[in-house]
Amino acid sequence: MEVPDTSESWKTKINTVAIGATQDEGGTRAGVVRVGGAGCIPGAAYEGDAGERPVVAVEVWDVAPDNWPAELTRHYGDALNDPGAWAQKGIEMGADLVCLKLTGTHPDAADRSAEEAATTVKAVLKAVDVPLIVWGCGVPEKDNKVLPACASAASGENCLLGSITEKNYRTLVAACLADGHKLISESPLDINIAKQVNILAQDSGFDLKDIVIFPTTGALGYGLEYVYSIMERGRIAGLSGDQLLQQPVISDVGAEAWRAKEARASDDDVPGLGPAERRGPLWEGITATNLLQAGGDIFIMRHPEAMKMFKEAVDEFMGVGSV
Amino acid sequence: MALSGLAIYKHLPKENCKECGLPTCLAFAMKVASGQAGLDDCPKLGDEARGALAEASAPPQRLVTIGEGDGAVSIGQETVLFRHDERFQNACGIAVRVEDSLEEGELAARLDAIKGLSFDRMGQVQAVDMVAVENSSGDSGRFAAAAKKAAALGKAVVLISADPEALKSAGSEIADKRPLLYYSGSADNVETAAKTAVELKLPLGIESPSLETISDMTEKAAKAGLQDIVMSPGREKPSEVLEFLTKTRRAALKKKFRPLGYPTLAFADGTDDAAIVAASWFVLKYAGIVVIDTIEPAAVVAILTSRFNIYTDPQKPVQVEAKLYEINEPGNEAPLLVTTNFALSYYSVESEVEASRVPTHILAVDTEGTSVLTAWAADKFNPETISEALVKTGAAEKVSHHKCVIPGMVAVISGSLEEESGWQVEVGPKEAVGIVSYLTSRWKR
Ligand code: SF4
Repeated sequence: MEVPDTSESWKTKINTVAIGATQDEGGTRAGVVRVGGAGCIPGAAYEGDAGERPVVAVEVWDVAPDNWPAELTRHYGDALNDPGAWAQKGIEMGADLVCLKLTGTHPDAADRSAEEAATTVKAVLKAVDVPLIVWGCGVPEKDNKVLPACASAASGENCLLGSITEKNYRTLVAACLADGHKLISESPLDINIAKQVNILAQDSGFDLKDIVIFPTTGALGYGLEYVYSIMERGRIAGLSGDQLLQQPVISDVGAEAWRAKEARASDDDVPGLGPAERRGPLWEGITATNLLQAGGDIFIMRHPEAMKMFKEAVDEFMGVGSV
Repeated sequence: MALSGLAIYKHLPKENCKECGLPTCLAFAMKVASGQAGLDDCPKLGDEARGALAEASAPPQRLVTIGEGDGAVSIGQETVLFRHDERFQNACGIAVRVEDSLEEGELAARLDAIKGLSFDRMGQVQAVDMVAVENSSGDSGRFAAAAKKAAALGKAVVLISADPEALKSAGSEIADKRPLLYYSGSADNVETAAKTAVELKLPLGIESPSLETISDMTEKAAKAGLQDIVMSPGREKPSEVLEFLTKTRRAALKKKFRPLGYPTLAFADGTDDAAIVAASWFVLKYAGIVVIDTIEPAAVVAILTSRFNIYTDPQKPVQVEAKLYEINEPGNEAPLLVTTNFALSYYSVESEVEASRVPTHILAVDTEGTSVLTAWAADKFNPETISEALVKTGAAEKVSHHKCVIPGMVAVISGSLEEESGWQVEVGPKEAVGIVSYLTSRWKR
């Protein structure tokens, strides 16, 4: 029996954003990571161009975390005290790039200075040859001091820096323009704010094609459905021609998943759920692979098993898997 | 699917006799379309027109119920491809596969393990709700015996076999439990399987990775008098299963293509991580039943939680009861944290409190299920509503220190709350993640 054709074709594609710069391009990276480029809804490689492979960025901090569960820290050991070594471990685990979070610059944390942060950025760039994402602590006044210093320390490396918000964007836009970096625009689970932040960046002279959207992230069981629908709506709008939503999306999976008690609790605290070495990676892995179906492009992750699970799933997602 | 007034009008007698209580047939059609009148109110409507209307107003995807009583699982009748367009309607069934080739002891142990796959999430039970018995032995006696044992769990049962005869004997054994007869054999024999299903009045599952073939099969089954059908691509790669699930749902909803207007079933065979990922994907994208092999608790919880998330109604905030909760058995010296009754706000606070092991009271203020900041902006989380909640819940009798801790994000209201309530107000951390260190180090009686 003949079946009606249900294929969907879309007006436009999601932008392709390149992160990192090789020597020829004025940087020191061994290669460039390209994200985005999808011309179909997530997972529909059978009817359109699935674009670039979604990638994993290993989450690295400028200071050793004091509240990570043992199930995470045991995979990094002493490297947690050395961002460069930490980044190297993450790349060995299979990450495609590094996301350096400047958690230690937070005034309530170690309150590290802009100079210290810039030194850390340089150290990480030296330790690994993959592209770099640099993320501030989220306190506007502090980020406005720290991130420009980091941008200039990494000048020419074509990093992805973040994040700008509706209320704080001017300084960071200027720094990224001056030093040749890409930008993360952040919006709290709200399509209209996502567009608004992009308009603000564009009005300040920033190219919409150099932006990656961060719609915030929710873990499996802890708000995943909100972010799933926001990402799905955004992706459909982008494919339908909305230039303000044609950006690739970054998801902060590790941080959210490891807040969930299913991932973090000790075996005694969640009897019947199995050992932490399975619970944690599964929670992080499934959060990531579920969001893949909503349209994520860069996934910031922590656990090596979760990364492995995710990367294998990406093969299947791109329609080239052999599972 | 609801029909338009004009579509209904086409089938009416057009006599304008007013017996339905309305001045014209058109007026009556409009009332029916808006659900304010039923077709029965028109005494002149013939059986043929009635049949045509019923057919035309049938939902584009059929609702199929498997199991009976408390164990019944209804799937299908989905209305959208993306949950943000409305909501996903009928949560898919999660079935664990059991092979009838297992030794008696192994079979009993596996069924027992399935029984235990039930977990609490935000005050609701999330559990594996189906058992899929597969006729791997090829022996129909063994199959029927395993079916009987599986049915005793009280969960909905799927019976899988390529042999229509085996399906018939196992199906008749537990027909009163309304199992799904899943015929995994070739398209040539679909009529035989369909006849069995009609005879036993049971739903039938059929499989083919080809949309053309499966459409032919559903049409043949429908001709045999069968309405309750479940379609599956069979054992294919996850990406191909997703393609099948997506295309059948689109054909039913967007093209109103009847031969594909049935719910679906997908297999996530294996117990490795790839199978867990696949099962979760099938939950998110359109399966009516997901058959899994894994009984690893963490994996099953992840799959069940994917279902919990995707079937949450996006138009309805998930709420918890607005009351005073006691975590870790708090005494009257224990701290009292204030939050809203938005489930996500409440549970993020609760899970941190649990992690801290500090006995604590949590006051969930009724903000109609909105988060702290949203409720504060909408004036639902303010000194008045918090004071009222403190009084209503008798908080003053539960704690002796008369101190409450409010979220750091609404620090601005602390002064006016002190005045309004007469309680001493402490400002807690801005984010739930800060609660553990707040309770263990900063909270001072
Ligand atoms: S009773 Fe039937 S035929 Fe008469 S006016 Fe109403 S709809 Fe028309």
